[in-house]
Amino acid sequence: MDTREKDIEKLKDYKYGFTTDIENIKAPKGLNEDVIKFISNIKKEPQWMLDFRLKAYERLKLLKEPNWQKPKYPKIDYQDLYYYSAPKSMKDKPKSLDELDPKLLETYKKLGIPLQEQARLNGIAVDAVFDSVSVATTFKGELTKHGIIFCSMSEAIQKHPDLVKKYLGTVIPVTDHFFATLNSAVFTDGSFVYIPKGVKCPMELSTYFRINASQTGQFERTLIIADEGSYVSYLEGCTAPMRDENQLHAANVELIALDDAEIKYSTVQNWYPGDENGKGGIYNFVTKRGLCKGKNSKISWTQVETGSAITWKYPSCILKGDNSIGEFYSIAITNNHQKADTGTKMIHLGKNTKSKIISKGISAGFSDMTYRGLVDINSKAKNSSNYTQCDSLLMGNKCGAHTVPYIKNKNFDSNIAHEATTSKISEEQLHYCQQRGLNSEEAVGLIVNGFCKEVLQQLPMEFAVEAQKLVGISLEGSVG
Amino acid sequence: MNEQLQLDFDKVIKTLKISEKEIQLKKSFLKKFIENGFPNRKQEDWKFLDISQIIKKNIGELSFFNDYSLPNKIDPSIFVDGLEHNKIIFINGRIEKIDFNYEDQSQIEINDEIGKNIKFDYENSLIDLNNAFTNKVYKILIKKNYSLKKPLIIYHSTNNKIKSKNVNLSLNFELEENSCLRLIDYFSDNTDKNFVNILYNFNLKKYSILKNYKLDKFRNNNLKYSFNNIEQDDNSISETFILSAGSDYFKNEVNCNLNGEYSSAFINGVFSLKENQQHEIRSTINHLVENTKSYQLIKSVLGKNSKSAYQGRIFVDSKAQKTDGYQLSKAILLDETSEFNAKPELEIYADDVKCSHGSASGSLNENSIFYLMSRGLNYQQSRELLINGFLLDVVEKITDSEIRNLVKNIIGLKE
Repeated sequence: MDTREKDIEKLKDYKYGFTTDIENIKAPKGLNEDVIKFISNIKKEPQWMLDFRLKAYERLKLLKEPNWQKPKYPKIDYQDLYYYSAPKSMKDKPKSLDELDPKLLETYKKLGIPLQEQARLNGIAVDAVFDSVSVATTFKGELTKHGIIFCSMSEAIQKHPDLVKKYLGTVIPVTDHFFATLNSAVFTDGSFVYIPKGVKCPMELSTYFRINASQTGQFERTLIIADEGSYVSYLEGCTAPMRDENQLHAANVELIALDDAEIKYSTVQNWYPGDENGKGGIYNFVTKRGLCKGKNSKISWTQVETGSAITWKYPSCILKGDNSIGEFYSIAITNNHQKADTGTKMIHLGKNTKSKIISKGISAGFSDMTYRGLVDINSKAKNSSNYTQCDSLLMGNKCGAHTVPYIKNKNFDSNIAHEATTSKISEEQLHYCQQRGLNSEEAVGLIVNGFCKEVLQQLPMEFAVEAQKLVGISLEGSVG
Repeated sequence: MNEQLQLDFDKVIKTLKISEKEIQLKKSFLKKFIENGFPNRKQEDWKFLDISQIIKKNIGELSFFNDYSLPNKIDPSIFVDGLEHNKIIFINGRIEKIDFNYEDQSQIEINDEIGKNIKFDYENSLIDLNNAFTNKVYKILIKKNYSLKKPLIIYHSTNNKIKSKNVNLSLNFELEENSCLRLIDYFSDNTDKNFVNILYNFNLKKYSILKNYKLDKFRNNNLKYSFNNIEQDDNSISETFILSAGSDYFKNEVNCNLNGEYSSAFINGVFSLKENQQHEIRSTINHLVENTKSYQLIKSVLGKNSKSAYQGRIFVDSKAQKTDGYQLSKAILLDETSEFNAKPELEIYADDVKCSHGSASGSLNENSIFYLMSRGLNYQQSRELLINGFLLDVVEKITDSEIRNLVKNIIGLKE
């Protein structure tokens, strides 16, 4: 009997017992070695993957949860969480749109999301007329023609173990901070993208087209590798509000750009932010990091963060290759009792590296919004430059907007420039818009979209239109 | 270190004539300091320059007791020429002389206030250390409607009697309504490897004006820490200028609470650092009521192996509408081994405010050097001209013309 079989044997005797029924597989509550082995087994992972997880778990035991962040949250009991549960069966899902929350439907309508789409987002069985699976298959064919690998992480571990083994954990090592290490130990699924040498990916890759995308769970792991001279644009999330019963989301995203490669990663996050009194809502504690490994490589992050009760993330770039470029464009909107502590890290290691940070924060209601960023120019990073601009917009005097940039310059050839402003929507601007026939909400939407223009421009076309609407909707009820 | 602390503390207590209650108070400060020790980089405020490491590396073991029973000889050569002024002279942390000869004595009150430690909400173990070991705390009160005719210079001087010592000193100032004080802290050291810890408390009443200039110009191997706590009432103005250039290590902290409407605070600083110097300015401006204003400008010129850090924080309370806050830090790095760190922070809870900050760092502009050289200057002269111009910008912010000229002379900037 090989070790894995032994493990399975052992697990069978586990006192809480595991059911083998595929429909209802659920690991027992709590975090321990057995649960990790269970996850690994269920996914039929090779030994090295299990070792990777266990190594992370060993490390996790030594780590403490960080608490320097601005938004504080009640203590999470990590032993009271389920770390693995199979997708819900059709029985539990709503049968038709009528069963959904009318508020949610209203938002869909405003965003202009088609009916079928609405159904798909909520996991309602879709009739044969609109078959998203077949759409996805068509796209898959196109990608395979170019040699692009785009599949789920589990599939990649089975089919492309050499690539996964080579790159997984190289940007976010298992020894990283608490949440990243937690993810390394228990991650369930995510996306895997590999763009071969010299290939420009012909379309925007989106989790949207990947089958099973909605069931990746709370510990998502994404790995994107752009080989020499390739280009890829990746979209994550969507503008439609997402409901999820898991409160904690700790995803890891790793990007690797080799020589002359470019990765563009766009996120629109609109998870459930809790109700008007700040009850419920998702904790979005995500680790995103990109490595510009090769010369002339480029990584660009664009994010629109409107959802979640607490957003706590810093998509970062490590500019290791000479002449590499890192970019970060962000809009973060907080309303009601939402809290966000977000920003970026730009670590300049290679010569002639450049980075640009544009961050727009908007807070309304009782919310709190923090930009926290690090620009670190190493002594070897000759002739590097950084430009940072972070603007905040406040609506009302119950909310807060904070800017905490860390600037470290160890190289005399390099330039860093940082600017930040805080302002509010002026009465004159509102008045002007209202005179022209807009109601106050439309007027605010218009002004805020103008404020965010620099970032919205960076989003892929279709996305940008939806994001604009989303910006307006997120601020509903915050004026007047 | 803790045994040494306790021993030295007992010695200090023996020399002091204070009540049992005051002794208990001092003991509680010592206890707090022993619990926390010197601050280190794990604390957010000490992230960039770790004082505990620097003391270990530059001094080694510190001792905390200073024998203040005998007076020190005052060396008149340290006095500032060409400017009539009042004097307070500290030598090795001992007050040798308080001299307000130019003033109307009835308008100034000087009281011994040892034991009356002014409490303010601040987590800082160096303040605990200071409160535990200071042997004399004077309070200087400027009475209503009185403006000092001449500036007051506080000389911070050390002589070769001390080595590897920690020196703590503290002064309290109260400026009554409509009064004005110009205060210069002038550092001149003849020693090395001591750690000087200075704590000032300022209480500014309505319409009063405080101008504080801290001039640390002469190269020495001491480590210094200075903390200014400024409480400001309606329409009061505080101006702080820091020339940070002499010591091996110098951290200036300014904590300014704008408690009254229409009060304003200005902080300007110059770092001019060379071989192995590590300096920091950390400012916190708390805008607590409506219509307050703050302005900060910090510039650094960093030579070989030097490091400067600026941590500026503007806090705007939700009540403090119509706040105007501005912060700018700029640095020129002259060598590949120099390092500049900044953390300009905004924390804002009110919506009708104008707050901005900026930070820029880089090397001298080669094009400008080329331009000057084409006009006949040599390379060295061109560089100096550019650096002086860069720093002059901050010096020009000094509102008092007499003192501005003094500072210009000290730095060696010519008009």
